[in-house]
Amino acid sequence: MLKQIDGSYAVGEAVALCRPQVVSCYPITPQTHIVESLGKLVKSGELADCSFMNMESEFGAMSACIGSSAAGSRTYTATSSQGMLFMSEAVYNASGMGLPIVMTVGNRAVGSPINIWNDHSDAMSVRDAGWIQLFVENNQQAIDVHIQAFRLAESLGLPVMVNMDGFILTHAYVRVDMPEQEQVDKFLPVFKPFQKLDPQSPITMGALVGPEAFTEVRMLAHSRMERALELIPAQAEEFANIFGRNAGGLVQKHYDDETGVEAETVLVTMGSVIGTAKEVITEMREMGESVNAVTLRTYRPFPAQALREAVIGAKRVVVLEKSFTPGMGGIVYQDVLAALNGTGIEVQSVIAGLGGRPVTRKSIRTLFAGCDERSNGHGFEVLDLDNTTMDRELAREASVLDRII
Amino acid sequence: MQSQILHFPAKEAMIIGQQTGDRTISNRLADTADSLQGAAERSNALDSGHRACQGCGEALGARHAIDTALDTTDGELVVVNATGCLEVFSTPYPQSAWRTPWIHSLFGNAAAVASGVAQSFRIQGKENVRVIAQGGDGGTTDIGMGCLSGMFERNEDVLYICYNNEAYMNTGVQRSSQTPGAARTATTMPVGEHPGNRFGTGKSVPKIAMAHGIPYVATANIANPRDLEAKVRKAMSIRGARYIEVFVPCPLGWGTASCDTIKVARQALNCGLTPLYEAEYGEITAVNKIAPSETVGAYLKSQRRFAHVFKRGNEHQLEAIQAIADANIRAFDLVESK
Amino acid sequence: MTAIEGQQLIPFATTLEPGTSRDNKTGSWRNLRPEYVQNLPPCNDSCPAGENIQAWLSHVQRGDFHGAWQEIVKNNPLPATMGRVCYHPCQSGCNRKMTDGSVQINATEKYIGDRALEQGWQFEPPEKPTGNRVLVIGGGPGGLSAAYHLRRAGHTVTIFEGMPALGGMLRYGIPSYRLPREILDAEIDRILAMGIEVRTNTRVHDIKQVMRSEGFHAVFTAVGNWLPNRVDVVSKAKTPVLDGIDVLRKVETGEDHGMKGSVVVWGGGNTAVDVARVALRVTGERPKLILRRDMEHMRAHPEEVQDALDEGVQFFNLHTIHEVRDGEVVLERMQADDRGRPFPTGRYVTVAAGSVVMALGQSAELGVMEKMGITQSGDWEVPVSPGMMTSVPGIFAGGDMVPSIRTVTAAIGHGKKAARNIDLWLNDQPVSERRERTIATFERMNTAYYPDVETNHRPKFEAGERIYDFREVKGGLTEQQAIQEAQRCMSCGNCMECDNCYGFCPDNAIIKLGAGEGFKIDYDYCKGCGICATECPLGALDMVMETI
Repeated sequence: MLKQIDGSYAVGEAVALCRPQVVSCYPITPQTHIVESLGKLVKSGELADCSFMNMESEFGAMSACIGSSAAGSRTYTATSSQGMLFMSEAVYNASGMGLPIVMTVGNRAVGSPINIWNDHSDAMSVRDAGWIQLFVENNQQAIDVHIQAFRLAESLGLPVMVNMDGFILTHAYVRVDMPEQEQVDKFLPVFKPFQKLDPQSPITMGALVGPEAFTEVRMLAHSRMERALELIPAQAEEFANIFGRNAGGLVQKHYDDETGVEAETVLVTMGSVIGTAKEVITEMREMGESVNAVTLRTYRPFPAQALREAVIGAKRVVVLEKSFTPGMGGIVYQDVLAALNGTGIEVQSVIAGLGGRPVTRKSIRTLFAGCDERSNGHGFEVLDLDNTTMDRELAREASVLDRII
Repeated sequence: MQSQILHFPAKEAMIIGQQTGDRTISNRLADTADSLQGAAERSNALDSGHRACQGCGEALGARHAIDTALDTTDGELVVVNATGCLEVFSTPYPQSAWRTPWIHSLFGNAAAVASGVAQSFRIQGKENVRVIAQGGDGGTTDIGMGCLSGMFERNEDVLYICYNNEAYMNTGVQRSSQTPGAARTATTMPVGEHPGNRFGTGKSVPKIAMAHGIPYVATANIANPRDLEAKVRKAMSIRGARYIEVFVPCPLGWGTASCDTIKVARQALNCGLTPLYEAEYGEITAVNKIAPSETVGAYLKSQRRFAHVFKRGNEHQLEAIQAIADANIRAFDLVESK
Repeated sequence: MTAIEGQQLIPFATTLEPGTSRDNKTGSWRNLRPEYVQNLPPCNDSCPAGENIQAWLSHVQRGDFHGAWQEIVKNNPLPATMGRVCYHPCQSGCNRKMTDGSVQINATEKYIGDRALEQGWQFEPPEKPTGNRVLVIGGGPGGLSAAYHLRRAGHTVTIFEGMPALGGMLRYGIPSYRLPREILDAEIDRILAMGIEVRTNTRVHDIKQVMRSEGFHAVFTAVGNWLPNRVDVVSKAKTPVLDGIDVLRKVETGEDHGMKGSVVVWGGGNTAVDVARVALRVTGERPKLILRRDMEHMRAHPEEVQDALDEGVQFFNLHTIHEVRDGEVVLERMQADDRGRPFPTGRYVTVAAGSVVMALGQSAELGVMEKMGITQSGDWEVPVSPGMMTSVPGIFAGGDMVPSIRTVTAAIGHGKKAARNIDLWLNDQPVSERRERTIATFERMNTAYYPDVETNHRPKFEAGERIYDFREVKGGLTEQQAIQEAQRCMSCGNCMECDNCYGFCPDNAIIKLGAGEGFKIDYDYCKGCGICATECPLGALDMVMETI
């Protein structure tokens, strides 16, 4: 059913179609509207047989999810930014216990300085937590990927994080095709946990594991991640068959090139920025420039093989990301660089859109224009950096810090 | 499920005479065991082979409480455990000591995990499955306080049991908000002007729980097992958020002989330092009277953590602790008037 | 789910193999091991008759009076009697005296004894006669006890009694307001009903001769101490000077006892007090009791002394009789040193006296013994072996005439012990060694588990009511009170299955064996913490060093 709807509400409705049994909520911008919408659906009865829990913190919210999922209920929550960091201890715990929780992250910068706007710092802060991390490009995909996320989580026994850019998607009022309940029910079977807290068949969950088996437990988690690399495309295909729509899988290559004639420069991105980028790339391709774009719809597990296949033949890959690790540079870039190691493809790192700074068409054009000057494999470039401010503040810092040295 | 189904009439158990009163585990004058812990069929929810120290009060308290809850629920029970000694000594891979569904998540989130478990069973229509969260005083009253308060104010159908041994024992005896004044811990050493823990710190979580207006709050003591059993039974007969704080000595952390765990707990009880009471919806409904047969001094003397209190110049510390006991006796009207 | 040794194994989420903590045998941590022990309760230890008091109290606790009676009569065939006249050293031994007062064992025994008489409970006659004939000389408590135990063992028993009726001191020494004669008669009859021949008014002058002529294989002698000790007193007066033991006997037989006016009794023992109280009842005048020591050092039982005081007996402590005159007695005042020993002061006081009774102790008539060379002239008691045998094989002795405390209870104990040893001797068995047992002392107890409760005492007639006749001064406990008293027993030294060890073991290492079976320790898991031993209310667990 087509409808014009706020991104958060669209996700809320999509999640509701998945019949979650427990939704734990704690407000944080820009995610709040998602759980608000679910709260409303539960209260109105449109989402029946669901417990909506108003928790005391994100830590509590994720903890409640752990309990709920361990007790065998389909469980959902959402968070952003500081909330993710506040719950991060529980985030690790959920995946360690193999609990198929689905969480939406309305991606937002992490302070200080406090900043409510979009970038991917929150998702990156837990990229090693053992969760499957999916990034969506637009609100239709947000809907579709949430439905797939429950299926994926429950068929693996791993939690899934669906990342959507805060404000840019969560607050975008756009037309989407909302699936029908029957379609969702057909795609997503009733939750049957692999193990659960059950007095009829008691288990011990969350035991202490020492050096004798801890490594093996981590490797077992890794093997589940590897299974995800196979399951994601398979389920995406199944989804497409039922819903008549492709919502992407591991990676998405945006333009078809003639077989064997790969574009010279491929832009690799995650999330919504591809929307703007595609406007520029489409123009450039029409002007005859050899450019293409690939998005990583799956970030954890990292789809190294799929990425290589998507960019093989290119001369260079430019990784444009909204995350940054001070003292190092791009974060996604590291993963891409490692994935393309040995292919001979040059990998460039470009940072943009931190703390909500718009990535404009002009920014993208600048990115492509700078490809020949950028170093290969080292360093990074920051788009739209305000050099006036930087020069002034660096000078001021130098006046203080140099004295100390 | 291996839990036996037993139904003992809690405190109503008939005491035929005064031979042992209701102070021993069973009254030998009753024809059958009149307390669950005296019954051959008790569940032993916390099985043998666990790695608690010799004479562990917490292990004992936990078995008493969980056995009772299993009995009241016909075994339909899930236990959520905070990080701490109890978790570590009971479930080192590959040896679980728990004979009931049991989950450990984190140090500070047992109340929230338990909330999730309870909601999960509710929504599955399995309201017969009851949930207990348990942890030590650190996991409950310090790092777990936020989640605990949330569980209380939402009135989640969870019984939270705090085994209070007055410090962080698992990490090597550091001060918690339950560490009493003057007590030596690794972070409140008996040096300087105020040897041991400072007076005027700490908090009463049962009273905080009462302030949430939850249906049931109780304090218990491992030296009074029948009372503990009765309180767990009472708690399990009620829906909504409930809190029981069980006083459990730690031989290692307190510097007591392993054989004296119950003795020390009894001394604490009988000197007025650890009043036993029940509260419903924020109001105290019952107080266990004491026959003040033990002095504060005798209680402190049993424990190395208070050794410095008896050194010359520290008399004010003993007086300060006695004053706390006296205040309890007044506030709770602890002594039976004849 | 997998199972090992019947124990279901709990799987670990997420993927690890299941396991149980029972694989971890924590018993290896132990350096002290708890062991169950059975120690001798102080009441049993203090009972001269060797009653297993704790055992019979445990029957009473459950209201099983017949069971209790059967347990008592294993040692003492006269519970109704002894429940009245025993000075109950058991209660002095009772650990409960350290908390809320001794268990009223004696009163409880009386209740059981009386109940047995009411119900007509009888002793079983012996199943198989042994063919051995045993002569018991003296039908007092020692003789009756010996006869009873010998008969139980299947021997043929004949009692020779010098007096017209059996009972000895019980009948002729203890006033009937303490021991009603119908009680004594009923208990004696119950013994005789087992098939015991009795010859009263029969004195033995030559034991060897009687043995030969009647074919006795062994003899138990317990003729008691009937010779009054006398002290020379200056007396030129007509005021009669009588002997306590004679007076008591004559009051019982109805002979002329000679007491009149205000009777002055000399002596500080139980006989003196009995005489004073009897004098009060027969003369109607307040008697005077003269004792050389102070009240604290009186030998008489404190309760009897108090009763005498209540009844109006005048006590002249730290006095001695100097001279008996017509209608009066001159007393000399004594002074006690710091150890309570009296010394004369040379100061005198005169008191009115209708008659004087000396109650300064008794000794046995040992002519028969001397004849056999068992005693020498001048001896005042009969030496016996630990098995109660005299120097002449087959001749045993007991009661007041042998070196021991001189109480009825001791005599009953002697009778039992002699009977057992006669039985062994007749069967050519050696005398059994006394087994040394650890006493369940108060220090071994954890009395926190015994709340203080009121003690039940036998009711008494008020002094003003009771002094006019010989009706029994003290009543009995009610059934409920008897049960309550029994339930005050702390079961010192012997497991009462309170489940403290079982319930307080943090490691579930105590295994319950079921009612009456006690517990055993699962040393696979016992860490040796010692809580079981500390929390055992009655000290039935010892912690012993583990040997490697």
